[in-house]
Amino acid sequence: MKTIWIIALKELKDALRNRWIIAASCLLAVLALSLAFVGTAPVGGAKISTMQVTVVSLSSLSVFLVPLISLMLSYDSIVGEVERGSMLLLLTYPINRWQIIFGKFLGHTLILSIATILGYGAAGFLIGLSSNGANIQDWLVFSSLIASTVLLGSAFLSIGYLLSVCVKERATAIGLAVAVWLLFVLLFDMAVLGALVVDQGENLKSDFVNFLLLFNPADSFRLLNLTGFDSTAALSGMSSIAGRAVLPVQYAIIALLGWISLPLLLSGYLFSRREI
Amino acid sequence: MIKNSIILENVSKHYPSHKAVTDINFSVPEGCLMALVGHNGAGKTTLMKLILGLVQPTTGSLSILGHNPKDQASVTYRNAIGFLPENVSFDANMTGKELIAFYASLKGEIKSRSLELMDMVGLSAALNRRYKTYSKGMKQRLGLAQALLGKPRLLLLDEPTSGLDPAARQHFYDIIRDLRKDGVTILLCSHVLTELEAQTDAVTVMNSGRVVASGSLEDLRTQAGLPLSLRITVQEGMSEKIAQPLQNQNATITNMNGRYLEIECAPSSKMTMLRHLGELGSIVEDIELQNTSLDQLYAVFSDQRGQ
Repeated sequence: MKTIWIIALKELKDALRNRWIIAASCLLAVLALSLAFVGTAPVGGAKISTMQVTVVSLSSLSVFLVPLISLMLSYDSIVGEVERGSMLLLLTYPINRWQIIFGKFLGHTLILSIATILGYGAAGFLIGLSSNGANIQDWLVFSSLIASTVLLGSAFLSIGYLLSVCVKERATAIGLAVAVWLLFVLLFDMAVLGALVVDQGENLKSDFVNFLLLFNPADSFRLLNLTGFDSTAALSGMSSIAGRAVLPVQYAIIALLGWISLPLLLSGYLFSRREI
Repeated sequence: MIKNSIILENVSKHYPSHKAVTDINFSVPEGCLMALVGHNGAGKTTLMKLILGLVQPTTGSLSILGHNPKDQASVTYRNAIGFLPENVSFDANMTGKELIAFYASLKGEIKSRSLELMDMVGLSAALNRRYKTYSKGMKQRLGLAQALLGKPRLLLLDEPTSGLDPAARQHFYDIIRDLRKDGVTILLCSHVLTELEAQTDAVTVMNSGRVVASGSLEDLRTQAGLPLSLRITVQEGMSEKIAQPLQNQNATITNMNGRYLEIECAPSSKMTMLRHLGELGSIVEDIELQNTSLDQLYAVFSDQRGQ
């Protein structure tokens, strides 16, 4: 455990040093703030919580941005070190390969968590100050956004590790990372939508469609944030779905946890068998 | 009984595309400095990776410090192994101090000892500089410092002196000498052969993935059968006179002028030749024995294909 921690801390230190954390935090904060103060303008004076409107728009944007940040953070974590030769050296130390994978993953998860908490947290704090109506429910929704964003990010970190372990060159890894991003963030939804349109609601039951969404970490995240709370569900136009409660929130959480653990375990297994 | 730190028995490593090493039988006794020489691509690095357990042999068995490197369970024995890879670059944005601290903590080494090592390799002035600002020699010295962490009993050094200036090189050999006093076993790959000669106990020559020769320098000289050269200084004008008797002793005259004779003879007849020269009395003023250098030996063995 100590070894895992040593590796995690080194990743963290490196990310602080090359200003990764600062850059990612700023990006997320700017995004959140602009959505809060510009994006909610059309809402006008209606009695809707700015915070919750922001959560709805933020979760739609997080779905695009956070997977990208995670994949960029993780795609070269293994293959990059293999190319530099430092992995070869690290493997001669009294450390096993699982510890390397878990340590790096822990470090990257910490980096992502810090960036999310700092970025969204700062924005949330400012929104809370300016809109005098932030209540407990608002804060609850907002913190669940932060928590689920970390889960979403971790899932894509984990997928990034899997890529990084499988490929032999960094260039391949970055190409695959972009492909994975496109697949989960854009193509998957389009395919599901296309299937629904073609099917005209004949064979595909909504249960089944919901179930399909669990096979995509990005959609699991959407389900979690847009239907997790009644108020946000209403704002996002998902109330009809949420009202029927076809899938309890727990399913989305379990799906995300699965997306975090399975690719990570698989990459650990592949890495422990790979010859460097 | 002398224990062997490294034992390889019939070890082969074949990749789908090529045969990296074939039928290696090779052992390094404890406390020995073994030089591993060979062309690029002769299989030296693969051999090191096998010893480190980074790749698994296709056939054959290894025992490193009494362990099978395949045993992932016994990773702790790696505490006793130091490794300096040929090409390594660390995280560009970390300082030397942070990097050595990271590797030290992985080996459970205390901080003061890691700073001591940085001082020993001459990097104490650059501790707080980022790795990317280091020169090639400094990077190499940082690599050496990390290899010495945790009091290793076995050191594997792949081209340790590349990028080092002559002073640093000398300093490196001083460090090696001190380590040998402590009984550390060292396996060293290098192209700079002449510098190694004074320090090595044994040499292994590899070619096309096979060991073509292995043994002490003397053994190799005998094995190579290269003639021994002698440079004899004689009294003015006497060289002609002694040339004939020397030729009768099976010596070949390679070069000759009034005061000097350069002859070659079989290593086995060295003492006969010297005694004969001694009998010539005051005619012979000086004898210079030129041992076959490692470079020459290397040239002989590396041309041979594996046996």
